[in-house]
Amino acid sequence: MKPLDTTVVDVLKDGSQIRQKQMIADHYARLARARETGEKCVYTYVPGNLTELIRGFDLLPVLPEINALQSGMRGKSRDYIARAEKEGHSEDVCTYVKCDIGMKRSGNIGPTGERLPDPDLLLLSYTGCFTFLKWFELLREEYDCPVAMLHVPYQGDGKITDSMRRYVVDQLRDKIIPALEEASGKAFDLDRLRESLARSAQAEDDLVWVLQSAKNVPSPIDAYFGGVYYIGPIFTAFRGMPEAVDYYRELRAEIEQRLERGQGPVTPDGELESERFRVVVEGPPNWTSFRQFWKMFADEGAVVVASTYTKVGGVYDNGFRHDPDRPLESLAEYCLGCYTNLSLPTRVEMISRYVQDYRADGFLINSVKSCNSFSAGQLMILREVEKRTGRPGGFIESDLVDPRYFSASNIKNRLESYFQMIEQKRAGGGQ
Amino acid sequence: MIASSVSTLVERAEALCRDLRLQSVRDWKARTGGLAIGYLPVYVPRELLVAQGILPVGLMGAGADLEIIRGDAYYQSYICHLPRSTIEMGLDGSLDCLDGLLFPAICDVIRNLSGMWQMLFPDKYAHYLDLPQNFDRELGGRFYRDELETIARDLAARGASAPTPESLREAIVLYNENRAVVRSLYELRAAEPWKIPTWELYVVLRAGLVLPVTEHTTLLEAYREAALADTTRLPMDQARVVLTGSFCEQPPLGLLKTLERAGCYIVDDDFIQVLRWIRSDVPVEGDPLENLVNSLLDDAIASPTRYSDQDEVGGELVERVQRRQAEGVLFCAPSFCDPALLDQPMAVAAVERRGIPWTSFKYSENSGQFQVIREQAGTFADSIKLWSEA
Ligand code: SF4
Ligand code: SF4
Repeated sequence: MKPLDTTVVDVLKDGSQIRQKQMIADHYARLARARETGEKCVYTYVPGNLTELIRGFDLLPVLPEINALQSGMRGKSRDYIARAEKEGHSEDVCTYVKCDIGMKRSGNIGPTGERLPDPDLLLLSYTGCFTFLKWFELLREEYDCPVAMLHVPYQGDGKITDSMRRYVVDQLRDKIIPALEEASGKAFDLDRLRESLARSAQAEDDLVWVLQSAKNVPSPIDAYFGGVYYIGPIFTAFRGMPEAVDYYRELRAEIEQRLERGQGPVTPDGELESERFRVVVEGPPNWTSFRQFWKMFADEGAVVVASTYTKVGGVYDNGFRHDPDRPLESLAEYCLGCYTNLSLPTRVEMISRYVQDYRADGFLINSVKSCNSFSAGQLMILREVEKRTGRPGGFIESDLVDPRYFSASNIKNRLESYFQMIEQKRAGGGQ
Repeated sequence: MIASSVSTLVERAEALCRDLRLQSVRDWKARTGGLAIGYLPVYVPRELLVAQGILPVGLMGAGADLEIIRGDAYYQSYICHLPRSTIEMGLDGSLDCLDGLLFPAICDVIRNLSGMWQMLFPDKYAHYLDLPQNFDRELGGRFYRDELETIARDLAARGASAPTPESLREAIVLYNENRAVVRSLYELRAAEPWKIPTWELYVVLRAGLVLPVTEHTTLLEAYREAALADTTRLPMDQARVVLTGSFCEQPPLGLLKTLERAGCYIVDDDFIQVLRWIRSDVPVEGDPLENLVNSLLDDAIASPTRYSDQDEVGGELVERVQRRQAEGVLFCAPSFCDPALLDQPMAVAAVERRGIPWTSFKYSENSGQFQVIREQAGTFADSIKLWSEA
């Protein structure tokens, strides 16, 4: 087995983090062998994923966003994007899409360096972004396989209505499940789904406990840079699987121990000795300079105590859990509730609540050029959260996987001035 | 005499399009006491609003006419222009005659703007209209009907009348008439593009965003008669092209004139699509709300803003090129427009498979310089003519 991403593996020491990387690497290896072993696979997305259903048919999920972010971390995305742009894709659109198309056109080599299998089904279950629709229309032209589409309505008025729930449930029953039956050659097994959903809820309890451990001062975790590792298993291929239950149980035990010992989070340079700033972050990270970006925070003694990015594949800290007693309904509510499917006022409320509940000094927005779903409206979010919390907001711009849009010196300057501003506020008795 | 009649009509329409403070809407409200509800591109079921005694008012940005002072502070440089000018108009009071806004589901920018509007103007109605991406009557149809019923209830609670089957049928008839005359103008322009310059067609269509539907139908009919009667308009040796990608943020009028002057006859386009979103008549018999729903599911045009469950994205574009006997395609999209630009590679592949010539460029609603586009379009038109003569 090849290591997934040596840059990152080298700097992480927590057992849980290494373990999650191994889980994901094993999954990629299994995908690479799928044609020999006869296992079938489904391409699908992280937000609004139906992992319990997919795996209930013994199908393996492939997540194009995860491939793209891994390609970004491994320094491959620049070439993939260049290839897609050369072949007619606009410089203006989401770089995940271009990275994915470029990877496909370059032989579809996955993060482990092995070829990914072609999909047996394109499962367009998406939420919170229109680009997903176009992305799979583009992929449909690359592959000869069926497509099943699940339209998840947007929570425009900040709530899930009965009509939305029924629409999603009916599509699951009438469209998605039959498509999965067809692709797998297996019949839908409701009991198996219920068992998976019960395991999902168990893992979700532990994940929420871990994320909320950052309410402690000092925080034992970094809920953004570290957080992306914590969400790995549950956002990718493992929600509802026994492996996810074990992983989150172990992760929780590990963080409990860190908490007891008063330890701070593990950063690229080892454990953070002293927590100087507590911030909330809105927006996805940059993947091409992930470690450098993280270090800019760690060098300042800044810990991210809550983040919205770790909610794109599911918001669990508001109490939502997958529910074995309401299997399709709770899958629908899961899809409807993912972070980028929330209205702007709901996002403002959520960030403001994080700033207060996690006793943050302020909040930062990392605005990525790729993603209008996140970014359109963030300047207003900035103003509104500042107004509601009285804490300072900072704004930086980068991209997900296009290294052309990560200007290290610019971002560093901005972060430094931002943290200085917090210091000055403190000195002036602002907080 | 007749020529001046065309120009009078076009001038009137252009004045309506450029009146960002919506005086005609203010006058209508003063006259009728009714509600005016705005909507963003691309499609809303205007029939429902009219059946409730409401004036639907389409917003498509401010073009090049408005200096953006506050709107830019709401958007990063890599987001299209339309939402900036919409915010600007909201904040400078231009839109205060509107009792609410509908934000149809077409892209993440418009979607998020709905939430911004809710925060900026908490007393106004601001609703995200979720259009179904599933076109099955029992699934997407049922959901969409619920959406329409919710909107009708919300607006009735704000003073509009509740729609009745009769009022819905009447509104459907009015819009069927409007769609028919719009269709006839498109046919006419495709047959004799020298008689119906696209920039003129554009302004008379766009006037329909602010006029009551009957007035708009009358304007279109008058324009059609006047343009047909104008014997001074003679054919020129121009390339016949379909222009695509401009369904939301609109190109400045100067850009359309530039394309025509550069030697292109635009014989089909996707401007002001709300007028043509439903291809044919909405049936009047039976349950009118159901008819509106089913027309959206079964009879809407293909668009980058809707999921395509067809095998070939771009198939409908090819079909339009063939039907209009066009010789090429101009992909003309707003900068940073996700739906248009993500769709484009697939549409380009579809036209390339048929050997149809194409070229592409981007614009912003406030672009002021067209020299480069003029040269590009001119070269494109020349090359088409050369090929067709070869
Ligand atoms: S636009 Fe944003 S949410 Fe959509 S696919 Fe790209 S990164 Fe994901
Ligand atoms: S121009 Fe394109 S990206 Fe901008 S609001 Fe319109 S559809 Fe959305």
